[in-house]
Amino acid sequence: MDNLMVACCSKCNHSLSNPCKDYILCRTEGPICHDSKECKEKRETFIGKVDLAEDKPHRRVLICAGTGCISSGSKDVHSEMLAAVENAGIEDCEVTITGCHGFCEQGPIVIIEPEGIFYGGVSADDVEEIVEKQLKDGEIVERLLFTEPNSGEKDKYYRDIMFYKKQERTVLKNCGHINPEKIEEYIIAGGYRGLLRTLCDFKALEVIEQVKTSGLRGRGGAGFPTGLKWQFTAQAEGDQKYVVCNADEGDPGAFMDRSVLEGNPHAVIEGMLIAGYAVGASEGYVYVRAEYPLAIKRLQKAITQAEQFGILGDNILDSGFSFRLKIKAGAGAFVCGEETALLNSIEGERGMPRVRPPFPANKGLWQKPTLLNNVETYANVPIIMEKGGEWYASRGTEKSKGTKVFALTGKVNNTGLAEVPMGISMREIIFDIGGGINNGKKFKAVQIGGPSGGCLPEDKLDLPVDYDSLISAGAMMGSGGLVVMDETTCMVDLARFFLTFTQNESCGKCTPCREGTKRMLEILTRITEGEGQEGDIETLERMAKSVKNTSLCGLGQTAPNPILSTLRYFRDEYEAHIKKKWCPAGVCTALTTFKIDPEKCTGCRRCAKNCPVEAIKGEVKGIHEIDPEICTKCGTCMEKCKFEAVYKG
Amino acid sequence: MSEVTITIDGQEVTVPAGTTVLQAARMAGIEIPTLCHDPELTSPGACRLCVVEIEGMRNLPASCVTTAGDGMVVNTISPDVMDARKTVIELLLANHPEDCLTCERTGQCRLQEYAYHYGVRGDVFHGDRTEFPIDDSNPFIVRDLNKCIRCGKCVRVCDEVQGRSIYSFAYRGFDSIPATAMDESLAESECVFCGSCVSVCPTGALTEKMMHGVGRSWELEKIKTTCPYCGVGCNFDLNVKDGKVVGVTSNAESEVNGRALCVKGRFGYNFIDHPDRLTKPLIKKDGEFQEATWEEAINLVAEKFTQIKQEHGGDALALFSSARCTNEENYLANKFCRAVLGTNNIDHCARL
Amino acid sequence: MACQCSKENENQSSREQELRTVFDKFRGQKGSLIPVLQTAQDIYGYLPKEVMAQISQELKIPFSKVFGVATFYSQFHLEPRGENIVRVCLGTACHVRGGAAIFSKVKEELNIEDGETTENLKFTLESVACIGACGLAPVMVVNDETHGRLTPEKVPGILAKYK
Repeated sequence: MDNLMVACCSKCNHSLSNPCKDYILCRTEGPICHDSKECKEKRETFIGKVDLAEDKPHRRVLICAGTGCISSGSKDVHSEMLAAVENAGIEDCEVTITGCHGFCEQGPIVIIEPEGIFYGGVSADDVEEIVEKQLKDGEIVERLLFTEPNSGEKDKYYRDIMFYKKQERTVLKNCGHINPEKIEEYIIAGGYRGLLRTLCDFKALEVIEQVKTSGLRGRGGAGFPTGLKWQFTAQAEGDQKYVVCNADEGDPGAFMDRSVLEGNPHAVIEGMLIAGYAVGASEGYVYVRAEYPLAIKRLQKAITQAEQFGILGDNILDSGFSFRLKIKAGAGAFVCGEETALLNSIEGERGMPRVRPPFPANKGLWQKPTLLNNVETYANVPIIMEKGGEWYASRGTEKSKGTKVFALTGKVNNTGLAEVPMGISMREIIFDIGGGINNGKKFKAVQIGGPSGGCLPEDKLDLPVDYDSLISAGAMMGSGGLVVMDETTCMVDLARFFLTFTQNESCGKCTPCREGTKRMLEILTRITEGEGQEGDIETLERMAKSVKNTSLCGLGQTAPNPILSTLRYFRDEYEAHIKKKWCPAGVCTALTTFKIDPEKCTGCRRCAKNCPVEAIKGEVKGIHEIDPEICTKCGTCMEKCKFEAVYKG
Repeated sequence: MSEVTITIDGQEVTVPAGTTVLQAARMAGIEIPTLCHDPELTSPGACRLCVVEIEGMRNLPASCVTTAGDGMVVNTISPDVMDARKTVIELLLANHPEDCLTCERTGQCRLQEYAYHYGVRGDVFHGDRTEFPIDDSNPFIVRDLNKCIRCGKCVRVCDEVQGRSIYSFAYRGFDSIPATAMDESLAESECVFCGSCVSVCPTGALTEKMMHGVGRSWELEKIKTTCPYCGVGCNFDLNVKDGKVVGVTSNAESEVNGRALCVKGRFGYNFIDHPDRLTKPLIKKDGEFQEATWEEAINLVAEKFTQIKQEHGGDALALFSSARCTNEENYLANKFCRAVLGTNNIDHCARL
Repeated sequence: MACQCSKENENQSSREQELRTVFDKFRGQKGSLIPVLQTAQDIYGYLPKEVMAQISQELKIPFSKVFGVATFYSQFHLEPRGENIVRVCLGTACHVRGGAAIFSKVKEELNIEDGETTENLKFTLESVACIGACGLAPVMVVNDETHGRLTPEKVPGILAKYK
């Protein structure tokens, strides 16, 4: 017996053609359909091989095969490890790939179980040492351990790393711990129990009640109550209904959906199945952006395995409920993350948003009632159904329940995915999980919610992170991108960057977004190039308000947010750019001059020798000066000076 | 049918359920500006000029696509609404040539009208403008995308009314345009030049080529008439200046055809003043055609008909009637043929 | 060198055959335009006019609409592209960590601008907004291979591998 689909003997009375509600339990804990000691042993041996429970020690080498780690070379580590373990003749040691650990910066990541030893930055060359020392002698390879950025201490175990310590991994629990390409591992890790409970114990309406009780809100951005959305779709009249998963994760800086699809695809399938049962849909689509080929591959594999297992298809687990799932690959348009644009794209149209109402719950895909949630939302559903809505609602804040995955990037020490309970402070995320700002620089702001969100300055860091308090502070949860910025980030340049993005991704349907983002971007560009004019700030504010108020879809309505929030908290930077023609962060080259501090200059001539345009004059051992007329502001002098004498003024 | 009552600018209006806020306002005599809306086409809600404030609603919804709900309180003239409309016009003008002096549409351009009404000048922004060569490839339609405001009416009328789908929106964002397949000229496309797109274009982006420079809109007298070409009986407006027909434009009030016309009806009026056109009868004398009076001509024809009938019988004659005749004229032709000429040899060309 | 015409013709006809199987697979299916365009582009490397015209006919979708869809999505290309596609990420994390410097270095090395293809059809350069490998910023992707933690100095070496 080498997989869960295989029957133990001919007495086993269920199969794909003969569905049964006990199927999953029978395969994992059984057989329970007939009594046979021999069969039971067969199962136990098999389960023992893949068992992931912490109390059952089992030697495994887990090699991360998420996009991040693959690009750092984890495929080579994997093949090398397979060969090395075999050559060394180590028995009972399984080498397997896993999904993303969310700590991509440390990739390729290798975890040794059962101890839970965490090795980062592993290359194929390190494999032999790991096998020889760790696997053979139980000796830890010190140099591959993770060093805490703040304390400088090395962590042996996964569980000790500060990055993971404050996290509460629910959606990401399986990511990095199971092989996403094997349905067995998901099932044995407790998967599809939520579906089982749903189909056996609940009526459709009761499922919706559970989701409502859980307080789950949409994880894609706006935070609409999920249960309510399900209810609207369930109540809508239609002969055919659809369940659609929005996996068009496009916010720059966010990759949690990719990580879930790559590392735990069955959770999404299970969530969608439960949703389909609740709203009365028999067909589903997952719309995945084309930029995620690995996610598409893993999800396709998961769908095929679920079909083989009888979890997708007709009369699932003899419940009478049938459901089929298809993948639609996007073709490169950020706006398709907007739900109605996504529907148009599935229909084969240009991904331009539709007017709402009618909402997709009433008229969605092909004008039929359609339930649309994002990846993380669906991935939260199985545990709600397994443990109950009330259990889920016990975590988080009053109006924001459960956990949220954030993608922490920018100038922090630890970048990666962090799943935290709602209500945690931004400070804890950035300074505890993120390990603070890198290179000892000073924190300036954090952009939350990507190009639709806003930035929060230092004094807002203790705000509890939930949907409503973020909105009131001028930001938004969005999909959960967190970009940390230090004192060397120019906020006007940041706003310009985000506007470049939204302007580029505007579909062009409505006037305010098509023309307005263009004009706002032009003004911002002008300001960063030193051509800012009196009145620009006021024009920006007026435009931002109108674009926000009048745009057709969420993309346009939120596009001005980065401008509004940077203006709210960093207006002085805009003024410095416009009035003093000065970029305080020293980012905007047109507004920066390089100077040499005569106190620090030793006259070593290093700067002058390296200056590509010979803008630096000075004698050996004499004080040097930069001619601003000739200087092209390339910054080479600053890089080369050993005495920190060159500064931006 | 059930009704809903809503309040617009303090005025209560009762309308059938399903009516949009825009329709309701118009029923109450309240004007809301629109660019992309057209009662005969689907509403994309794209230009955002018709935004209004509705109590309890986030942002400013577009009235053309918002269904009136019972008890709704709508404000069409709040400061926010006015600001938003001005911004929309400003933004459209920022990517529109300031060409009203010579633009063919001056006087009937919606953008010009609203800019005037809302006091918006075109010089607020000085950024990029999209630049397109003018499509002058065919004898009928001039397509100047520089003046296009992306309302998409041309796309919709061609698709929804005409069923040709010559245009679709192409490209994206600031670069998006209504384009033909492969963005080719109209002459290269499969366009049949019915001109429906011209009839719905709110600006000077699509104009009738032959009407360029022949007269300002306010100088033209519009005279509704029936198309002389085929038997469908389409109506349109002859545009007349100084007693001369200088163009044909659709008349939405036409019972038979609305604004739809074919290439002949809309663009085939040149024959009216064509020098080759016969306006007086000619009689061949001594091998040469010579001008004659109508009386002379008709007498001659009658004489010849009588002679032929007497010598060879009625069946020696045949009558071929024209599609350009009205039903009444064709009826008379039929009577004349059978009762006067005494033959059933009569036929008719169905179309021209 | 021997004449390559017959080989080219052979390629052409095998492509046409492949395209026909695509039509057979998707004919009558709802919402098939985008997957058909994607597969057609996989076959031809880009979307030639004739292929789009054929798609329009086979799927009974107006040609203008096929063109509209093909020009909306950034994944579709109407011009032939280079053998190697170099995509430099200019997403948030990469931006913050110097993605622009990487981008200009690549432009300099290949002597082309964003969206262009080198004359020898070896490289096509594209800027992209976030490929989801933010932990490795700044990042560029050549074909399907991701190169992370870049500095401008590393760029020539990486490109050389594909020349």
